[in-house]
Parts: sequence; structure tokens; C-alpha cells
Amino acid sequence: MEFVVASSVGVLTAGGVYLILRLRAFPVILGLALLSYAVNVFLFASGRLAIDMPPILSKYGGASYTDPLPQALVLTAIVISFGMTAVLVMVALGAYLEAESDRIDMDRLGSETEDKEPSE
Amino acid sequence: MNHWIIVPVVLPALLAPLIGFVMRHDITLARAASLAGTVALVAVAIGLTLLAADGGAQVYRLGDWPAPFGIVLVLDRLSALMVLLTAVLALIVLVHAIATNWDARGRHFHALFQFQLMGICGAFLTGDIFNLFVFFEILLIASYGLMIHGGGRDRMRAGLQYVVFNLAGSTLFLFALGVLYASTGTLNIADLALRLQQIPVENAALIRVAAMLLMIVFAVKAALFPVQFWLPGTYSNAPAPVAALFAIMTKVGAYAILRVHTIVFGPDIAATDGLAGTWLFPAAIVTIAVGALGVLGASRLVPLITFSVVGSMGTLLLAVAAFSPAATTAALYYLVHSTFAAAALFLIADLVVSRREADALTTLPATVQNGLFAALFFTGAMGMSGMPPLSGFLGKLLVLDALRAPGAIAWAWSAVLAGSLVTIVGFARAGSTLFWKSTTVAVVEAEDAEPVAPAARPGAAPAELAPAMAALAMLVVLAAFAGPLAGFLDDTAAQLFDRAGYVTAVLGAGEEG
Repeated sequence: MEFVVASSVGVLTAGGVYLILRLRAFPVILGLALLSYAVNVFLFASGRLAIDMPPILSKYGGASYTDPLPQALVLTAIVISFGMTAVLVMVALGAYLEAESDRIDMDRLGSETEDKEPSE
Repeated sequence: MNHWIIVPVVLPALLAPLIGFVMRHDITLARAASLAGTVALVAVAIGLTLLAADGGAQVYRLGDWPAPFGIVLVLDRLSALMVLLTAVLALIVLVHAIATNWDARGRHFHALFQFQLMGICGAFLTGDIFNLFVFFEILLIASYGLMIHGGGRDRMRAGLQYVVFNLAGSTLFLFALGVLYASTGTLNIADLALRLQQIPVENAALIRVAAMLLMIVFAVKAALFPVQFWLPGTYSNAPAPVAALFAIMTKVGAYAILRVHTIVFGPDIAATDGLAGTWLFPAAIVTIAVGALGVLGASRLVPLITFSVVGSMGTLLLAVAAFSPAATTAALYYLVHSTFAAAALFLIADLVVSRREADALTTLPATVQNGLFAALFFTGAMGMSGMPPLSGFLGKLLVLDALRAPGAIAWAWSAVLAGSLVTIVGFARAGSTLFWKSTTVAVVEAEDAEPVAPAARPGAAPAELAPAMAALAMLVVLAAFAGPLAGFLDDTAAQLFDRAGYVTAVLGAGEEG
């Protein structure tokens, strides 16, 4: 199981990093989403992997339990990354509608505006 | 347990939704509420600073859970100073935004502004590193909204880059926290400090990874060299009052480096062994160079100021990188100074640029009140570049004085001094083009296309000038009261390096209560 979890974190991170380095907004958003999935699985695993154990202390004693804190951290992280992705999509949409291009770099902006303005 | 400690977080947190939901259709009401809230925040911050100045670190336990299990807020001199700095800066910026009508150019400016203050104050007060992440996210999500306030093509695209960059940084932050929790089993700063001392060097590889990941995350916030690229684009496209408020955002990164890499991964801990300073020092030197060259090469006024902010962050982090009490005193003095200097320059630039056709550094017909703006700009520029009468000079002097260690002096002194010289040249060139050469240009096209000649536009009202002047006045105050302030900062730095005192205050307080 360790191998499955570790490799899934690795693959998700690699995919996320690759997509973030793309030039257009949509792949970058997907890349950030993949990265946030990777980090959620990673955080979950930071409390050690355990099967069939509840994240609470049993009052009947003897039963083993798994660390509940990472699960709480993951919940917080999921909520935050979900909200952030929503904001990101809205900002990207706004930028796309304003600029009529979903390129994520700024380099050609200055020259484009300078080229356009005299003709208008 | 003193409940005033949590007020800087709760007050904006309650005010923001109230402004956002109840007062969204009434800008006057929203302005009044936001202004009143910020004034109250300044008052509370002054009270907290007085409280912190005559005592040790005070702990606020949320839900009264003892420290390593519950979340704590810690008020010590450093956090009180930062909250006070935030509150005063926020008041200045808010008055400017209201006076220049920036807040009415989009929706929800005041609600986002208060959420931003909540995040910043929380980040300064928290004693739990996961909570630090949460407050970082709060201040970031509010800053995304403020950054694109008013809209516009370039601003939206710059905002998109800013959001993407910081989301990637947040992901790194979570990875670092996961590594840290997996290897120590705690996320409380004081508890981490205690446990890291017991970790032997040979088992410390993961701790080092976490320390460096956290350093990269904070460096993104502080605009340190390899990850400073977001700053010029963001700040120069953000609305001017927001850019001025963002002057404190880079300081959040510097504060986090100071806090975490002093108390948790301190220089005397075997597991990390001065790792932070080793990497921070060269990165800060390159940052100074990038900032200085950017100032020299900038072709527009606002990007010029943003590059001077990058340079000042380099100087600040150079002092932080020494991780010694004397250098920390210098760093804190320079931190307070550079926050107000950057804010003043952004506010002045807003006044000037809104009265010119373009913010390009070319000779255009002189604006109305040219002499007044020139005087303000040159005062701000003198503060920023570190020329004698103002606090920038004293700040850089303190930094230079603290960095006299034989290994550091050659690099640090040449970087700071050469960087200052280049910055002065850049500012002088920009200022003389903007204000002096412009007076020689006659207004020729006044009769045809131009509806209003620049000199005929309405001048700045006293209310519009007051915030910029207040920010400059802070520089004068900092210089005039440098002695008492340095005494306070000395105690602050001593308290920061007293790791045992911090740990006892946080964990020991839990045992009594």
C-alpha cells in the first residue's frame, strides 16, 4: 500500500508541475488542482498509513487507533484548495474575457497595446 | 488569559461580512464602518504593544485547550510590533483609498480590505504553524480580490499570474507541513522547537527538507531572488492603495522567516545547523542586485517603485540572514522603515500618475502642483534609497553595522552600498525626468484633441495628500525617535532569540491553567 500511495503522490505531483509550466490558463488550473490532490494524499499519509483503524480513541480500551490530526488537516486543506480553485477559475475567466486570450504570460502585453493604440 | 490578544483577528473578521452583506449598497456607510474599524484596530494594537513591552510573551489559548493540543495565539514584542505596523499602514492606505475614490471603482473593497487585515494580523499573532498556513490563505484570498479591484485587461492578467504563483506556494507550504508533522508529530511552534532539539543530526534529513521548503514558501511571500518574479508585475498593475497595503505583505514573509527559522529551525539547533542563513545570505545579495538594476532600467514610474521594494526586501533579508540579535534589531528597524517608505512612494505615484497621461518616464507637460509632487517624491525617494536625513539612512547604517562579521562584510557591504548608489541614480533620473524636465515642455496640443491640459486638471485635495504625507511623516518620526525605538527593538530581538522563554511561555502556561 505504501508503494501505491507514494507513487500516486509522485505521479500527481509530476503531472501537476508539468501542467503548471504550460502557457495557457486552463492547463495551469488543472495542474494546480492535481498538485492540491497530491498534497492532500501526502498530508493524509503523514499520520502513518493504517487500515481498519478508527481515528478516535475507543473507550473500551485495547483497540488501536490512527492519528486523527492529519485527517483534520486534510479536511482544512481540501476546503481551502477547493475555494482557491474556484477563485482561480473566476480570475482566469475574467482575464480571458478582458484580454480575449488565455495566455498566462505578460511579455507581449506591452508591445501589443503599443501596437494597437496608434491605429485606433 | 487576556482576551484583547484575539481582537485584531476577530474585529476585522466580524466587520468584513457586515460590510459585505449589510452595507454593500451604501459606500458612505461602508467607508465609515471600515474607517472606524481600522481606527479601533490601531487603538487595540497600541494597547497590545504597551502590554507586550512590559512583560514576557503572553499566550491566548483558543477554547482554553492547553498548548500542544489546542491552537494558541502568542503575543510577544515582535508580533505586537508587526500588528501595530499593519494597523497604522492600513489606516493611511484606507484614507487614501477613500479620498481618491479608489474604493468605489469596484465592489466590496472595504470587505476585502478588512479580511486582508484579519489574515495579516492573524499570521503575526499565531503560535501554530498550520494556523499560519490558514491565515496566509485568508490574507491571500483577500489580496486576490483587492489585486483585481477595478478590473482592466492588464490587471486581470497580472492578477491571474499572482494567484497561480501563490497557489503553487501554498501547495509547497502544505508539503512542508506534512513532512514536519510526519517527522515530529506536532505543529505547535513552541512544541516543534522543543522536539527538534532532541532529534539527532543523522535523522534530520526530513527536517532539513521541511526547513528549506518552508523557506521557499516564505521567500515567495518576501520576494526573495529566485522567486521574486511575481512582485513587479503584481504591484505595478494593482490599484495604488492596494500596492501600498501590499508593502506589508512582503514583510509577512520576512516575519515568518524570522519567527520560524529562529525559534523552530534556530541557528543553534543541530538538526538544521544554520541551514537557513547559508542559503538566505546569497539569495538576499542577488535580490538587492535585481532590485537596484530594475530601478535603473525601469521605463515607467510604478515598476520603478516595485523594483525598489524588491531591493529593500533584499537588504532586509540580508540582515535577517545573519540570525543574530544585533542583526535582527537592524532588520526590524529597516522593516518598519521600508514598509512606510514603499507605501509613501506608491501613494505619491498614484497622485502623480493619475494627473499625467501615462506613467512612462518621459517628459510630458508638467502637471498641476508640480512642485509639491516633486517635493513629496524626492522625500520618499530619499527615504527609500537610504539618504541621510530620513530613517532609511539609519536603517541601512544599522544593517551595515550588524554585518561586520569577517566572512560577511565584503559581500554584504558592497551589495548594500552599491545597491543604494544605483537606486539613488535610478530615482534621481526618474524624478528629474518626471518633474524637472517636464516643466520645460510646453503644452502644445491644448487646442485640438486634448480636452483638458494636464496643468488644468484639479489639484490634489488636502485629504488626498494627507495619507502620503503621513507615511512620509512616519519616516521622520522613525528617524527622530530612532534611539528609543532601537532600544525597544533590541529587547524584541533578545526576546525572539530567547527560545527557552518562548517555549516556557507557551507550553508552561498550559500546565498551570
